[in-house]
Amino acid sequence: MEQLDFTILILALPLICFVVLGLCGMKMSHKVAGLLGSITLAGVTLLSYATAAIYFGAGRNMDGIYQTITPYNIKWLPLGETLSIDMGIMLDPISVMMLIVISTVSLMVHIYSLGYMKGEKGFQRYYAYLSLFTFSMLGLVVATNIFQMYVFWELVGVSSYLLIGFYYTKPAAIAASKKAFIVTRFADLFFLIGILLYGFYTGTYSFTPGEAVLISAGAVIPIALGLMFVGGAGKSAMFPLHIWLPDAMEGPTPVSALIHAATMVVAGVYLVARMFPIFIDFAPETLHIIAYVGAFTALYAAIVACVQTDIKRVLAFSTISQIAFMMVALGVCTSTDPHEGGLGYMASMFHLFTHAMFKGLLFLGAGAIIHAVHSNEKCHMGGLRKYMPITHITFLIACLAIAGIPPFSGFFSKDEILVACYSYSTMMGIFMSIVAALTAFYMFRLYYLIFWGKSHYEEQLSQYNAGTLDKKPHKPHEAPATMTIPLIILAVITLFAGFIPFGHFVSSNGHLYDIHLDWNVATISVVLAISGIFMATIMYIKGNSPITNAINHNMSNIIEAAYHRFYMDELWLFVTKRIIFNCISRPIAWFDRHIIDGTMDMLATVTQKIGDVVRPIQSGNVQSYSMWFLGGALVILTALIVFA
Amino acid sequence: MLLALWLSRNIKQIRTVMVVGSTMLLALSVYLTVDFIAQRSAGVSAAQLYTDSWCWYPALNINYSIGVDGISVVMILLSSIIVFTGTFASWNIKPQPKEFFLWYMLLSLGVYGFFITTDMFAMFMFYETALIPMYLLIGVWGSGKKEYSAMKLTLMLMGGSAFLLMGILGIYFGSGATTMNIHEIAAMNNIDTNLQYIFFPMTFVGFGVLGALFPFHTWSPDGHASAPTSVSMLHAGVLMKLGGYGCFRIAMYLMPQAANDLAWIFIILTTISVVYGALSAISQTDLKYINAYSSVSHCGLVLFALLMMTQTSCTGAILQMLSHGLMTALFFALIGMIYGRTHTRDIRELQGLMKIMPFLAVGYVIAGLANLGLPGFSGFIAEMTIFVGSFMVDDTFHRVVTIIACTSIVITAVYILRVVGKILYGEPINEEHKRLSDASWDERFTVICLVACIAALGIAPLWVSDLINNGVSDIIANLMP
Repeated sequence: MEQLDFTILILALPLICFVVLGLCGMKMSHKVAGLLGSITLAGVTLLSYATAAIYFGAGRNMDGIYQTITPYNIKWLPLGETLSIDMGIMLDPISVMMLIVISTVSLMVHIYSLGYMKGEKGFQRYYAYLSLFTFSMLGLVVATNIFQMYVFWELVGVSSYLLIGFYYTKPAAIAASKKAFIVTRFADLFFLIGILLYGFYTGTYSFTPGEAVLISAGAVIPIALGLMFVGGAGKSAMFPLHIWLPDAMEGPTPVSALIHAATMVVAGVYLVARMFPIFIDFAPETLHIIAYVGAFTALYAAIVACVQTDIKRVLAFSTISQIAFMMVALGVCTSTDPHEGGLGYMASMFHLFTHAMFKGLLFLGAGAIIHAVHSNEKCHMGGLRKYMPITHITFLIACLAIAGIPPFSGFFSKDEILVACYSYSTMMGIFMSIVAALTAFYMFRLYYLIFWGKSHYEEQLSQYNAGTLDKKPHKPHEAPATMTIPLIILAVITLFAGFIPFGHFVSSNGHLYDIHLDWNVATISVVLAISGIFMATIMYIKGNSPITNAINHNMSNIIEAAYHRFYMDELWLFVTKRIIFNCISRPIAWFDRHIIDGTMDMLATVTQKIGDVVRPIQSGNVQSYSMWFLGGALVILTALIVFA
Repeated sequence: MLLALWLSRNIKQIRTVMVVGSTMLLALSVYLTVDFIAQRSAGVSAAQLYTDSWCWYPALNINYSIGVDGISVVMILLSSIIVFTGTFASWNIKPQPKEFFLWYMLLSLGVYGFFITTDMFAMFMFYETALIPMYLLIGVWGSGKKEYSAMKLTLMLMGGSAFLLMGILGIYFGSGATTMNIHEIAAMNNIDTNLQYIFFPMTFVGFGVLGALFPFHTWSPDGHASAPTSVSMLHAGVLMKLGGYGCFRIAMYLMPQAANDLAWIFIILTTISVVYGALSAISQTDLKYINAYSSVSHCGLVLFALLMMTQTSCTGAILQMLSHGLMTALFFALIGMIYGRTHTRDIRELQGLMKIMPFLAVGYVIAGLANLGLPGFSGFIAEMTIFVGSFMVDDTFHRVVTIIACTSIVITAVYILRVVGKILYGEPINEEHKRLSDASWDERFTVICLVACIAALGIAPLWVSDLINNGVSDIIANLMP
């Protein structure tokens, strides 16, 4: 389709913007840089929407599916006779869907940041990084082959590294950025090995190597795909590789919204979805392992989220849990037919879409709150609903959506996931329903702690008036329009996205699928969600209620452990610092300096010593020379006489 | 050019001569590259182009015969870039700039000679020509325990070249050839297998010492740490490549049988180099030591890939030489500039440089990211080509070592980010450092040139890898049993 040639601009615009901002951003004023970034992104968003309109507008082909289109594909690096890394653009339902998600959230974040980052040092650098990230993320989703995906995968990793470490004078931010990069790099190692295996046995890096090759590759394919999943698990923060994501919250909040909630972290889900046709036919067991990993992660993260005090960390664990939902949905698929066991694919993509919107909204809302009270801690909040009405309403909408209350978008997508789980096994369904109830609980705990209860500001003000506090407290205020407008837009999308007939665009076999609610499942999930909200209401609406205290008192051990994330970070730190650094790297360095180098030095010393020993012989003394000469001559003579 | 240098009286003239000279060299190499590509695309398919030969020492059939193929073209290009930027990096060298540049040019003469000649003995001679100036350059203009390092470096490399000489003579007499020309010997391919078993390890180790093969790499950290900036650049950037180039050109090309049979020993050694170098880099505290160990790791990867003996992996090895040359040159240049200001290379004493010298700090981050194999820079394409190529060898042993070698990408990330986080980010801790200035124009020029080359190679790798491919395939064809 020639009309889609313009899609190259979707990638080119943010790249150009990055280069321009990166090279001469420092000479621009903040306003120019910010506007340049935002306008470029607006262009990208328009182009993405146009792509979607043209792509889906063109209708289905004879088989009733949307044709995969590859407007560009060039050979970038040849690797042998058949293998090569190609770079190109591939459009199919899920990549077009991702284009919309990424460009929309990214545009919102660009606009929001105009207000949020106002006056920050390095404002231009920030926009340059955002452009770089958007470019790499878009490149990732339109990849025509697994290696191109890996290339952009690394690039999103580095832009995430740069953005987490944006406040580079803050030690926590430096540590967090390093951790994020290294943990994901570690996972990428497996991804790379997976790609190598895949490429070697199928003879291509494309996503559709053909049935015959896959059959002949046999048992290698599940292993290769499993290794790729490890890479995806690293990016998507699956247990036990999730440890970087909560720390990544040290970055600016809009960045958390864009990268660590809506787009980059779902790359792992996208990867599995991309490989789904191969997974389902050649590695169904691997797919089910993914489901179990996802289910465990979902529960783990949900429990931890219940006790965190930093609002961004609550959201981070909530993100981990929600992404795990998507993974589970993919993992429970048993066939490509959405009517019989293939529903999870569609459900997962649908949830990815709605989650990006409402989680982006939650983070941006959290950013507005942090902006207002200058703290991440819940104890500095409370009672904010009076001061920040717009943030309050939009945050509430997002909370209802994530809790799965109809008619908000999260209800529809989560319901589809639960239906898919129940059809896989009842156990899985019940398990995920419980996690969904926990989700409702911790989100409303967060909501009440921020917007209800005693106002920290008022407390401080009364203290100030009573003279016990020296400084006049800072009054929380509603965010400026650049920040509230994205909130409102995302809230509107969250309200209505559930009614999108998503199955018309994306489904596991490409055919049209009508979403219909399974009322049994829906009733269960709504009841559970409401009970979760109810629990949260009685426990947290008035600050500390007696029930909360009683629970805290009786379960203090568990709460303490959950607060420390069940000591996963400590475990990793132990392995990396104690074992790898102290027990491997240090000794190796010592070994090198003392043993290997010592041997070399010893060789030199020995040579020198021998030299010292031999030196007296060359004394330059004529008498001793003649003595030696005579002695030698005598020895030879005797020898001659004896042997002759 | 040497002559002009010798004649020039004061620092200004010296600089002018150097700039003009190295620019000319660069221009010539670029012309050579372009012309080479043009000839290739015009259908000239001879293995060697621009061949020429003069008889030098008839008694041993030593000829000064020259000729280039795709591999040597890119190596020459690399050398010119490094020499060119190295000139700017040592703009303010003291004392005795004239002598410094004289030796510097002699060193690069050796390097160029090594890459263009096709005669084994001439190659050996140029190799020695490159070594001797190194001793003086480090011993006189170096820092720290320079005499010790210079002596160590020279002695170890000399030890290597002793092996090498034996190897070369062995090849010469073993083949019964009446020529020292590599291609003619290769075409005869009649060295007795038992002799190959003796002389292949000798030659390989001889060159391997220069390519920082474990356990003969220990000269590298000391040598780099003591050498002045531009010498470090040239040494790590180009001289270490002589090792890999020689291993490929002489040891493997001429003794294919032994190369096939004995490769496993050296594969194990190089795998150790790769991982061990990277792991030792993690716990170093001197910036130059970190990069020296990182070089051990990366150069280990070059030899590793060569020994895998597939078309792709060898192309990757040459790419890695190129990319590592540029990256380490950039690294050492930046370290030199930072050292020149702060007078320390201890990462515990440096912090918050991003605030004080943003240009150098950004350059350092870019160098770091390139080093850890970020797509868009040259390191990525080189490493990926190597890994894909090595993976093509279909047996468990090669698979396992490849996977072990792959882990270096994680370890590299650890030591690079550790340094970046430690010295660049944060608040400056040393009050005196706050007054330091950012890069001057000559330094900016050096950094920008190198970054541009790294990025160019990383973004558009197709032409380079095509160029190399031709050169590699001849040698590979010879290696196939």
